Amino acid sequence: MTAPGEVVLALSGVVKTFPGVRALDGVELEVRAGEVHCLLGQNGAGKSTLIKVLAGVHRPDEGSITWLGEDFHPATPQAAMRAGIATIYQELDLVDDLSVAENAFLGHEPHRAGFVRRADSAQRTREILGRLGHPEIPPRRLVRSLPAAGKQIVSMARALSHDARLIVMDEPSAVLAHDEVGNLFRIIRELTAQGIAVVYISHRLDEIREIGDRVTVLKDGRTTAANLPARTTPTKDLVSRMTGRSIEYVFPPRAGREPGPELLAVRGLSRDGEFANVDLTVREGEIVGIAGLVGSGRSELLETIYGARRADAGTVEMRGKRLRPGDVIAAVKAGLGMAPEERKSQALLLGEPIHRNMTLSTFTGYARGGFTDVATERAKAQETADRLHLHPRDVNRAVRTLSGGNQQKVVVGRWLLGDTKLLLLDEPTRGVDVGARAELYQLIRGLAERGVGVLLVSSEVPEVLGLADRVLVMREGHVVREAAADDLDESAVLDLVMAGSLLEGEALA
Amino acid sequence: MSVTEAPPVAKHPGETKTSWWKGDRSEPVRRNLGLVGVLVALVVIGAVTRPELYGDASWVQNNVLTILQQASAIGVITVGMTFVIIGGGIDLSVGAIVALAGVWATTLATQSYGAGGMIFTAIAVGVGVGLVNGLLISYGRLVPFIATLAMMVAARGLAAQISGKQTQVSANSVINDIASTRVLGIPLLVYILAAVVAAGWVLLNRTTFGRRTVAVGGNPEAARLAGINVRRHTVLLYALSGLCCGIGAIMLTSQATSAQAAMANLYELDAIAAAIIGGTLLSGGRGTIIGALFGVLVFSTITNLFAINNLSTEVQNMVKGGIIVAAVLIQQFRYKSLTNLFSRVKTG
Ligand SMILES: Nc1ncnc2c1ncn2[C@@H]1O[C@H](COP(=O)(O)OP(=O)(O)OP(=O)(O)O)[C@@H](O)[C@H]1O
Ligand SMILES: [Mg+2]
Repeated sequence: MTAPGEVVLALSGVVKTFPGVRALDGVELEVRAGEVHCLLGQNGAGKSTLIKVLAGVHRPDEGSITWLGEDFHPATPQAAMRAGIATIYQELDLVDDLSVAENAFLGHEPHRAGFVRRADSAQRTREILGRLGHPEIPPRRLVRSLPAAGKQIVSMARALSHDARLIVMDEPSAVLAHDEVGNLFRIIRELTAQGIAVVYISHRLDEIREIGDRVTVLKDGRTTAANLPARTTPTKDLVSRMTGRSIEYVFPPRAGREPGPELLAVRGLSRDGEFANVDLTVREGEIVGIAGLVGSGRSELLETIYGARRADAGTVEMRGKRLRPGDVIAAVKAGLGMAPEERKSQALLLGEPIHRNMTLSTFTGYARGGFTDVATERAKAQETADRLHLHPRDVNRAVRTLSGGNQQKVVVGRWLLGDTKLLLLDEPTRGVDVGARAELYQLIRGLAERGVGVLLVSSEVPEVLGLADRVLVMREGHVVREAAADDLDESAVLDLVMAGSLLEGEALA
Repeated sequence: MSVTEAPPVAKHPGETKTSWWKGDRSEPVRRNLGLVGVLVALVVIGAVTRPELYGDASWVQNNVLTILQQASAIGVITVGMTFVIIGGGIDLSVGAIVALAGVWATTLATQSYGAGGMIFTAIAVGVGVGLVNGLLISYGRLVPFIATLAMMVAARGLAAQISGKQTQVSANSVINDIASTRVLGIPLLVYILAAVVAAGWVLLNRTTFGRRTVAVGGNPEAARLAGINVRRHTVLLYALSGLCCGIGAIMLTSQATSAQAAMANLYELDAIAAAIIGGTLLSGGRGTIIGALFGVLVFSTITNLFAINNLSTEVQNMVKGGIIVAAVLIQQFRYKSLTNLFSRVKTG
């Protein structure tokens, strides 16, 4: 294996253009064996494009790449993998109808005489899952049936199934809960101890401080700072190199105004195996946050309130009127809106332009006599795009060509357009960069000030505490604590969220 | 700000001057250009193989009208099919619906109500069968392929039952005259096709119905969570296809002055193929009406080419299969090579 500290990968002057966009415009990057090299940059800065160039998905137009001392031009993803570069993509790239093991070893199945050795690959998958701290995922299970976090684990298992010398991770923590991130870091440390290099992308600065060794910052497809020490570089330096301005990563102050009358009342809501006996209310102008681990039933709860899933028991009332269970259309008519967790499969028409995606739930409202009013739609979408600092600003562009964080802004933007009375937000800032995040917080708070009720689910505890007025903590399908956000702090919430807290009795009540 | 736009595209965001060869909007144009190319090639082949005919201007004019007339009924049916496919489904029963609607409209009992009764019956049967398809698929949760395959068999069976396997002659002169009427020298059937295509284009591109169709076909889960009534819309799509079949049934009945259970045989395949080579994605979410029209025209021009050369239908079917593959390949090739070429020119 390479000696630790030796440069394994060097990029210089790498350029990649898409029609109309210069996604990479002269990138410099140097990665050493055994280090965790972090890539920082705003949404659309070119991080994902850069790693796709490394992974052989895109071919660079200019520039040189040196891998283990040799010129490197991977023509296909297989070539890059064979050369020892494994990649975990930002957008999951698993085959839903194959099993966990089949996905992990897709393209390099252990085989004999053309037959896949299924027992062998299942066994090896089990080992890898064990290393990842998830021995409970059965290798033969269909990937379709796993929750988002489980899928992320499988794509990690796939990367580990190669004997890679560089593992690239594009926002792996975005779909992971707090304890999962800890697990991920443990694995990263194991890998780097073996001399494997890791390129790590995240918008969460605290993670970069914790796991990173060196940081390279991208802005507009260019390297604006290379090889900064990850732990000691001041935050404001990092942010200003990313954005060209300095942004405070803070939450807008609460209005201090009393919320209005009750908007949403949920009573005894249950779904077998997901959550049980949940009571909650949201008042006009109030932001209610739900904290909990992935798998605690928070997303399922949100979807059930919205009518996307049918409750087994309990009622949902909007302004005193009962909503028909399992009926999204009735919920939307009553003024509910939901930005779902998985943007690609649940929210976006990838081939359609941004403006059509943004107006997907409002275009009927702009229409006259059944005829759509595209001019108004486009203008409204453009307004929202500008408020969210969407890059690129051109709303005619297909959503497919947007970076992950910008796709997320389109999903949230959709519900800023209508006159939604109650907004259900499931991980609204997933993959959104620091600057745009502050903007999004402001918008959400602004909505609340106009009387909109917000029910917010987030894996990031500071986000829930900073944005919400009132917080519900969920664990294993039960609400274990409800309190004003000011009465809780991060460690208290984390204690509650993990098992074994003092309030065990309350959970069962 | 964060994106360095390569000049000259979208230098001023908002005022979007996307060049014609790229961007979503222009893709249909590019695809249609490919089909126009195929059409031109077919005409050239015709002119080379039968130069004596092509020398005669009035023959050429008549031949063009013949091709259009032959494309009319299948063209109308293809418009409905295109909507169904964009909406994420497939309708294998269109040929059978046409036969059932045609037969039902020409029973002695129906004919006693006159032309209005016959037209009403054909359309009602078409829409009715389409509704059944839609209900089975949306609320009965049958896969579209299976539901419409079953309907294809069942509707033809019912048509044979009603007609007693006899050819039913239409004695109604109004119906029979539709096919022979010309307005300004152009057959009425061609006007009907033009009207249906125009209506289909407006419906797809300018109405909320069209927008829902794209959303439902592109990502049904996203459409549902955005508050679109996916099930109801699916029912409407199959009813629309049935409506087009009803119109097509009257057109074909008029052309033949009769109807029978075996009419419109294999029209489902022609309609699907025309929609697909016209750029409609078989998986749903994308497609164009104009492209589908070109697809139909390509097919009827091939049929015509074989007819004027007195070649058998067997050969014709083999060539049709080849053309489907070729047209799709050409479009893919054009797409890739053009995109590559231009991105290279721009960087270089
Ligand atoms: N296939 C494509 N076609 C056209 N433009 C693209 C394509 N893929 C990416 N882009 C553009 O390239 C730029 C860089 O995108 P990239 O996905 O690399 O950003 P990113 O840094 O990963 O952002 P995020 O933090 O949001 O994931 C963006 O402006 C994006 O719109
Ligand atoms: Mg990215």
